[in-house]
Order: sequence, then structure tokens, then C-alpha cells
Amino acid sequence: MKTVLKIAGALAIVAGLAAPAAAADKLKVGFVYVGPIGDFGYSYQHNQGRLALEKALGEKVETTYLENVPEADSERAIEQLARTGHKLIFTTSFGFMEPTLKVAKKYPNVFFEHATGYKRDKNVATYSAKFHEGRYVQGVIAGKMTKSNVIGYVASFPIPEVVSGINSFMLGAQSVNPNIKVKIVWANTWFDPGKEADAAKALLDQGADIITQHTDSPAPLQQAEARGKLAFGQASDMIRFAPKSILTSIVDHWDDYYIARTKLVLDGKWKSEDTWGGFAANMVNMAPFTNMPDDVKKMAEDTEQAIKSGKLNPFKCPVYDQEGKEVPCKGNGALSDEQVLGMNFYVKGIDDKLPK
Amino acid sequence: MRLELVPRGDVSPWARALAPVAAVVAAILIGGLVVALMGRSPLAAFQVYFVDTLSEDWGLQEMAVKATPLLIIAVGLSFCFRASLWNIGAEGQFIIGALVGGILPLYTAGTEAGAWVIPAAMVLGALGGLAYAMIPALLRVAFGVSEILTSLMLVYVADLTLDYLVRGPWKDPKGFNFPQTVNFDATLPYLAEGGRLHAGVLVGPALALLAWFVISRTLFGFGVRVAGEAPKAARFAGFSANRMVIAAFAISGAAAGLAGIVEVLGQIGQLKPGISSGYGFTAITVAFLGRLHPLGMIFGALVVALTVIGGESAQIALKLPLDLTRAFQGVLLMCVLAADALVSYRVRLVTVARA
Repeated sequence: MKTVLKIAGALAIVAGLAAPAAAADKLKVGFVYVGPIGDFGYSYQHNQGRLALEKALGEKVETTYLENVPEADSERAIEQLARTGHKLIFTTSFGFMEPTLKVAKKYPNVFFEHATGYKRDKNVATYSAKFHEGRYVQGVIAGKMTKSNVIGYVASFPIPEVVSGINSFMLGAQSVNPNIKVKIVWANTWFDPGKEADAAKALLDQGADIITQHTDSPAPLQQAEARGKLAFGQASDMIRFAPKSILTSIVDHWDDYYIARTKLVLDGKWKSEDTWGGFAANMVNMAPFTNMPDDVKKMAEDTEQAIKSGKLNPFKCPVYDQEGKEVPCKGNGALSDEQVLGMNFYVKGIDDKLPK
Repeated sequence: MRLELVPRGDVSPWARALAPVAAVVAAILIGGLVVALMGRSPLAAFQVYFVDTLSEDWGLQEMAVKATPLLIIAVGLSFCFRASLWNIGAEGQFIIGALVGGILPLYTAGTEAGAWVIPAAMVLGALGGLAYAMIPALLRVAFGVSEILTSLMLVYVADLTLDYLVRGPWKDPKGFNFPQTVNFDATLPYLAEGGRLHAGVLVGPALALLAWFVISRTLFGFGVRVAGEAPKAARFAGFSANRMVIAAFAISGAAAGLAGIVEVLGQIGQLKPGISSGYGFTAITVAFLGRLHPLGMIFGALVVALTVIGGESAQIALKLPLDLTRAFQGVLLMCVLAADALVSYRVRLVTVARA
């Protein structure tokens, strides 16, 4: 009997969608994650944002998530959420872009938010974070802390977000240490602890004494810890996985954004737009600075503060590409947002060929 | 003390036919028990998992869409597996099929090329998969290299080739350097309003029917069966083992390639990394779930599709974790295999040590 009631309830919600007059129900908010929420990195952090949203808006919202959704098979997953009465749906990986747009066309009364993409529609907004701001701070720390002057970078896919991260890291490092080298291994995955660990091992074997990563599991960090080297955490504060070698983590902070966007839907004020926030918008944070002397810590804090206040732009001009040519400066004293969001070149000094 | 499997003398065809049904029932009971242990209602889970999906037009359409690549690949693979040839690389053949088949729609995007692009792309896709499957087949015929290793390793080659193309020469010039091609204009038409049932779903059953005819009604099909069940007899009868390797790999490669281009033209609409989500590997499960029989594989592909879609519904409606869905898929497969074994063998408890 309970079952029947539940189904009747679900049907009522679906029916309610068709006739928007029957409001007063909880707003159903859906999340689609590319990885497992147990990755302790990217998807984990989006899920923290979901939990914060539930906590902040309590009875007004009901949230649902689908984890580990393969990108090529995501259209159905997204549609499942749309057709079960979810009014606001966050799709949190780049590969969900086309499927999100397709589903959005079919459900004009549902609002969609796609992370890290660039195509919008009437009911599809986009959002991302300026992860590269955190990378610059990491670069400054690495430049100060390295003894071998070789940094190992475990990278995922050569998309602009990752490439701009590498460049920002390098520019930060060069600002304090002109002799620094960055070695890169492309793991070709967002989340695969085995591959990520292998990549980190290879980099350590090549003389890197600090590991940083743009993949989502703590595996590279753990490799560094096992060898007594230093490393940075990714997406969430990963200190528990390597308490002796972690310098800091870039922490993605989606809480405020998810709460704000959901409130807009509740107030009937949601509209499609693009949000790209960094330190200042509280979308990217640095975890506590650890395992470093006080002067380096001070320097890191100052750098973070300078970026936050707008005094320092990681991509301030002049920026030189690998051949030493100056990159046209299309922004206001720095590279423009478009240049950063579509970045497909390495800055001077990076010892790698960009996979093209 | 140990357990021993003793072959049963004669097994009625009824018992064989009912074994998978019993297996599904057993799997549902075990799944229900786990759901109950997690403090949720097993009835509600059953409702969401199976009844809702199977009773809604949308759910049925999605099942057919999800089952399509699995079925097409599995039908092709069944020729290899029946002949005791182990093509583990259907995943790679799927990707190369999508890639070769994708050339036409890619270069005609934005032009007034017309509808001929679709059938032409499908033929090219099948040929691409076929050609790619020839590598392990010829290596085996010429040098005796294990086709298991070569076909599997070529999956990575295919993956990286696709990766290279969508990051390099085939990249969408307006795509901010993200790894993907433009959206194709040539896509398979939808068969019904509102859902995603594309014309490609017809390919699976058609191929299954064709495979059934070939296997049971033609000399070639007879050769495939004999090669697997009694290789010596096949040699005596004059069937060339080498020709069999080539033919079985050609069929399975072409099928996997066709599945790839059908998936791209029917579902995805562009080329990008990760177009497969593991269909080439899951299809191996489907082939054995269906006992390599065309009808059985239709059943197998639909069951696997149902567990995926039902699993998503359970995550949404009951907040059951994805891990439970995965575990349930495993339980289901174990039950089907166990039911098969128990139909053919009797379990005997042996208490006395062997002399």
C-alpha cells in the first residue's frame, strides 16, 4: 500500500510539473556527477555543495544525485532527473555539455546548470571556477620549496582548464624561482587511482621532488608521501591522505553558488548566465598551508590575498609562449577571460609538447 | 569434505529454457534482501527498478536504445565465441567503426549533403570495424599470435587514435580547443515522438535474425559450430581453421564497427573521447548471458539495459547508492551462470576422502 501511495505521490509531482499552479511542493534539485562521490576530489566536492544546499535551505528543497555517470551515456541520466520533477539540474562535467543542451530543449520549464562548458541556452546556464588562481599560489610555494628544481605535474586531459592551470602554476613558480622545470604526464583520465599513481611514480623517478595534479584521486599525493616528497591536494582538502607531505590543496567551493542559484529558482528570478569565480567569489579556496617554513607560508598567504583583492592577475602581461614570443594582451593589463578559457599554448619554460 | 559437480544425464529442454527465468527470480530475491537490510522497502525497490521502467513508454524506449549497441556487438561476437575464438577487442572495433563511419558525416556537416550520408556512413563503419578486426585475425593465422592479447591491446590503440583525432585534425574549430568534433547534421531519425528511439534500434533484431539463419541453416554456420565443438572433426570435414578465424573476426569486427557508428549517429551526434562507455566489454557478458543464441542475446541485452536504467531510477526515487546497482548486476550474472551450471550438473557432497 505504501508503495502505491509513493507512486501516486511521484505521479502527482510529475503531473504538478505540467501544471505549475500546484506549487508549495519542495523544489527538487538534481546533480549529475562524472565520478563517484567517494573520489575525495572533484565529484566529492560537488556533493559537499549539494549537502550544504540541503542544510541551508532545509525543508524547501529535496536533492538527488547520480554518480559515476559516463559522459557518452549521460543524456538519459539527465533526462531521468528532468522527468521525475527536478526543476533545477546541475551537470558537473564538461562532457555533459551536449546532452544537457539536448535535454534542456525538451524540458523548457526545467533549469539546467552546466559546469565548465561554454554553450548556453534560455534554460541552460554555465558556471566554473578560476582554478588557475589556486595553481598560481601552488606555483609560488613549489618554486620556494623545491630542491631539485623539478616539479611533477599529473595532468588529465589537455583542455583549456587544465592547460591554463599548468601555465598559471609555472608563472607562479617562475615569479620566485627562474630555474624551475615542470614535467608533465598526461594520465588521460579524471579519476583512476592506479593510473594516477603510476604517473606520479614516473615523475618522482625523473627527479621531481614536488608533485601536483589535475586529476581527482589522492593517489599521486600518497605516492609522494610514501617517497618522503612533497605534494599538493586537488579539489578538496586532502590532508588526511598525506599529512606529512601535503603543502596545501586547492579546494573547490561550490556551496555558496549552489545555494544562491537555488534561491533564485525559489524566488522565480533564475536566468541563464555564465559565472566564473575565483578566490574573490569564494568559489576557490586554499586549504591550510602546511609542511613549509613560516616565510614561505607568509608568501603564499600574501599571494592568495593579492589575487583575491585583484592586485595580482596570474596572467598579467607580458606572457610569453614556449618559443619566447609575446602573447597578444587582449585583456586589461592581463590576458582576457576568453584567452584563458580557450588556452591552447604553453608558457615559456614548460618542458613538454602540448598534445594537439 | 568437498563439493563435486556431476553431469546430469538428460536435461529437458524445459529446464534449460526456464533456467534464466529462475535465475532472474533468484537475483531479485537476493537483491530484495539487501535492500531490506539497508532499511528500505524491497517492494518499492522492485517497483522502481523493474515495474516502472517496463510499464512506461519512455522506459521501454530507453531500454531499446541502451540495448542496441550491446546486442549488435554480441551477435557478432557470438560467431567468434561459438568457434572458440576469443575476440576481446570489440571495444576497439566499435571505436574504429565510429571513427571511420564518422568521416562522412563529419565532412558533410554544414553542407546540403542529403540523406545518403547515413547509409554510406553505416557501411563505412562496418568496414572500419572489419578491417580493424583483421589485425588480430591475420596475426593469429600468419604467426599464431594469441588473438586474446592482440585484440585487447588494440582497444587502447583505437582509444588513443580517437583521442588524437578529436584533439587535432577533427577538432571543432569553434570549440574553445575542447576535444570534440562539430555536431553532425546526418543523424538517424527518431521513430517516436518525445523519446529517443532512433532508427538504429532496428539493426539489432535484424542482425539477430540474420545470425540465427546463418548459424542454423547454412553450411557456413554449421562450420562455425563444428569448429568450436569438435575442431578435429571440422578439419576432417574439410573446414579450414584459418578461413574460420578470418570469417569469424570479420563478422564480429563488422558488427562492432556498425554498432559504433549507429551509436554515434543515433545517440551522440558527434565524435569525442569516451563514446563507448564499455559497450565492447559488456557485450561479452551479454553474449554469454544469452548463451550465444540470437534470441537469448536479445534477452540478455535488454536485461543489462534494464538494470542500468532501473538502477538510475532507484538512485533518484529511493536514494539507493550506485554501488547497489553494480552489485545487483553482479548477482544477476552469477545467478544466470549458476542456473546454467545447475541445470547441466548435479551438486554432490562428498564426505569420504578419496582413496
